[in-house]
Amino acid sequence: MSKLLTVSPSPHVHSSESTQKIMLRVVYAMIPAMIWGIYMFGLDAVRIGLLSVLSCLAVEFLIQKYIMKAKPSITDGSALITGVLLAFNVPASLPWWIIIIGAIAAMGVGKLSFGGLGSNVFNPALVGRVFLLISFPVQMTSWPVTRMMEVDAVSAATPLAIIKEGIKNGIPVSQLQRLPNLSDMAIGFNHGSMGEISALLLVLGGLYMLWKKVITWQTPVSIILTVLVVSGIFWVVNPEMYVNPVYHIFTGGLMLGAIFMATDMVTSPMTGKGQLIYGIGIGLITISIRMFGAYPEGISFAILIMNAFVPLINMYIKPKRFGGQ
Amino acid sequence: MAKRESSFINMVLTLVLVTGIAAAVLGFVYDFTKGPIEVAKLKAQTEAIKTVLPEFDELGETMVFSPGEGQDSLEFFPAYKNGELVGTAIKTYTKSGFSGFISIMAGIDKDGNFSGYSVLEHAETPGLGSKMSVWFNNPEKPNQYVIGKNPETTNFTVSKDGGDIDAITASTISSRAFLDALKRAYSTYENNKTTGDSGQ
Amino acid sequence: MNQWKNFTKGFIKENPVFVLVLGMCPTLGVTSSAINGLGMGLATTFVLMMSNIVISLVKNAIPEKVRIPSFIVIIAAFVTVVQLLMQAFVPALYKSLGLFIPLIVVNCIVLGRAEAFASKNNVGSSAIDGIGIGLGFTFALVLLGSIREILGSGKLFNITIYPENYVTLVFVLAPGAFIVLGYLIALINRMKKN
Repeated sequence: MSKLLTVSPSPHVHSSESTQKIMLRVVYAMIPAMIWGIYMFGLDAVRIGLLSVLSCLAVEFLIQKYIMKAKPSITDGSALITGVLLAFNVPASLPWWIIIIGAIAAMGVGKLSFGGLGSNVFNPALVGRVFLLISFPVQMTSWPVTRMMEVDAVSAATPLAIIKEGIKNGIPVSQLQRLPNLSDMAIGFNHGSMGEISALLLVLGGLYMLWKKVITWQTPVSIILTVLVVSGIFWVVNPEMYVNPVYHIFTGGLMLGAIFMATDMVTSPMTGKGQLIYGIGIGLITISIRMFGAYPEGISFAILIMNAFVPLINMYIKPKRFGGQ
Repeated sequence: MAKRESSFINMVLTLVLVTGIAAAVLGFVYDFTKGPIEVAKLKAQTEAIKTVLPEFDELGETMVFSPGEGQDSLEFFPAYKNGELVGTAIKTYTKSGFSGFISIMAGIDKDGNFSGYSVLEHAETPGLGSKMSVWFNNPEKPNQYVIGKNPETTNFTVSKDGGDIDAITASTISSRAFLDALKRAYSTYENNKTTGDSGQ
Repeated sequence: MNQWKNFTKGFIKENPVFVLVLGMCPTLGVTSSAINGLGMGLATTFVLMMSNIVISLVKNAIPEKVRIPSFIVIIAAFVTVVQLLMQAFVPALYKSLGLFIPLIVVNCIVLGRAEAFASKNNVGSSAIDGIGIGLGFTFALVLLGSIREILGSGKLFNITIYPENYVTLVFVLAPGAFIVLGYLIALINRMKKN
């Protein structure tokens, strides 16, 4: 995969061969986190994953064939990735009909309304997730019990939700109960959406994609560094109220968002410099929502908001013309 | 007819005339609707009081008490049946809702327990916080039912914070605000009990 | 049948919401239910019709340079009349439309018709134009409100259609208004193409 291709301005014109190859590599990169999700949540995760992928493929096929009257392009692998990412972003216990609505929102509203792959402004999987989060707040925040939990628990709060409660009620971090320790969280022994819980396995996938040049380092690194620095400042000023910055990195959907969602080629800036600005923006919005917003987690909103700025960033930060000064 | 010229005097005259006529029409309509608007407002209030209190046939004089230094005061509507006090409706509020201000009519019966409530005004999220109008009023769910209880015998805090009332699923903030409004009504009622009951 | 055309153009061909894309504030703000859309639409229709009639009556008496302030005062007077009447006789609807009633004053459809039609045509045509455009606006608001109410609260005109546990909440919130409006405009454009 040449570097020239990965930074080409949208709309992208790929041959199906190269799109497919890139998409397959993304899928390979997601496999470790997927296996972990299945290990932690059992058959529920398999069910949600399969249903999400199948409905994304079906929605794309039906809309392209019968509404857009075009040749369906479901074999390019992009709908497959959206399906897996959507499943990664929801609790494994989600009822089956909600995930189908999510697939319709992701593919129909988020992608095909804009004209399909290469023309969409927003990351389709995130459109699906946010649509579901706003529409079904109860089901989307009821996290299932993982196999590591005490037997008497029926549902669990995510670490970020516990932290948010603490901030709202003015309870110091040291007195927050049920907060998992750092190493458990990094490895993935905690609660949340099925694909977000193991930061280490997500990083592993990210390194693979970097090695295969599917993504560039700028976006994920700038997001993570921004979150680290901003939450670090709060922590240094008041370690009683705010958690350790490293905690912010390993919890919630930050790794999943920074590595797999923000780096989506179609919806991120095309230059390295642009990606740095984009990543810093995502980091700032994420940490603001986590600390001051109504929702415990903000990475999906942050990525969608910065998606909207991508055309503007691309307009002001153009790639250097070949042979130019 | 040709258009009138835009001379200074013409413009001033036109504007004066247009605004004058508009003002006259509005004055007339205002006068005409003043009575019905009052009636409609009173009716809405009486209906809210009816839903929160046991049967009564007469409302006493409205009283106003402050819940505390620097806070907006609450309106008290004592209700009588055959000249005997059966309860007090209290128009209470909270400012800590998910979207700010919530106004609630709460009824306290003569034993000092909540006899009912009615959400008058709120801007909570539909389908979430807005569920408070039925959530705390469901006798089949004793852990979220507030009727027949009072903050002295029951801990009016959501169970997540160690209290006795279950919060609305996924709407802890709205639930806390709701209980805050009820507690405000109750504490004000308790503080002014002697003066409040002297109406008998 | 020129008058008939004046009347029907507001429904599809010059629909203020779907084609002219005017008056977006009440369109997006009040249409969380069909009944709200209907109330808002009819209130606007009344204001449109009355202000069109009055403006076409007085159009020659008003000097060119003060026409906009004069029109606005006339429109604002009718809006206040509607507001007072609703407050007195349909208090429940008034409560749910709330802030949006006074905002009819700044609805560009009303001033737009006054400026583009009533100040150039006779009283009869202006009245018909006002009613036609107003009903077109009402039609759009009721359609939008119905779709949002069905998807977002499982009801239509407050009659439950399916259980509340299965509603897609986003449709009664602001983003749902934008999504549904976008698809309706797309649909109308496609219908107009064929």
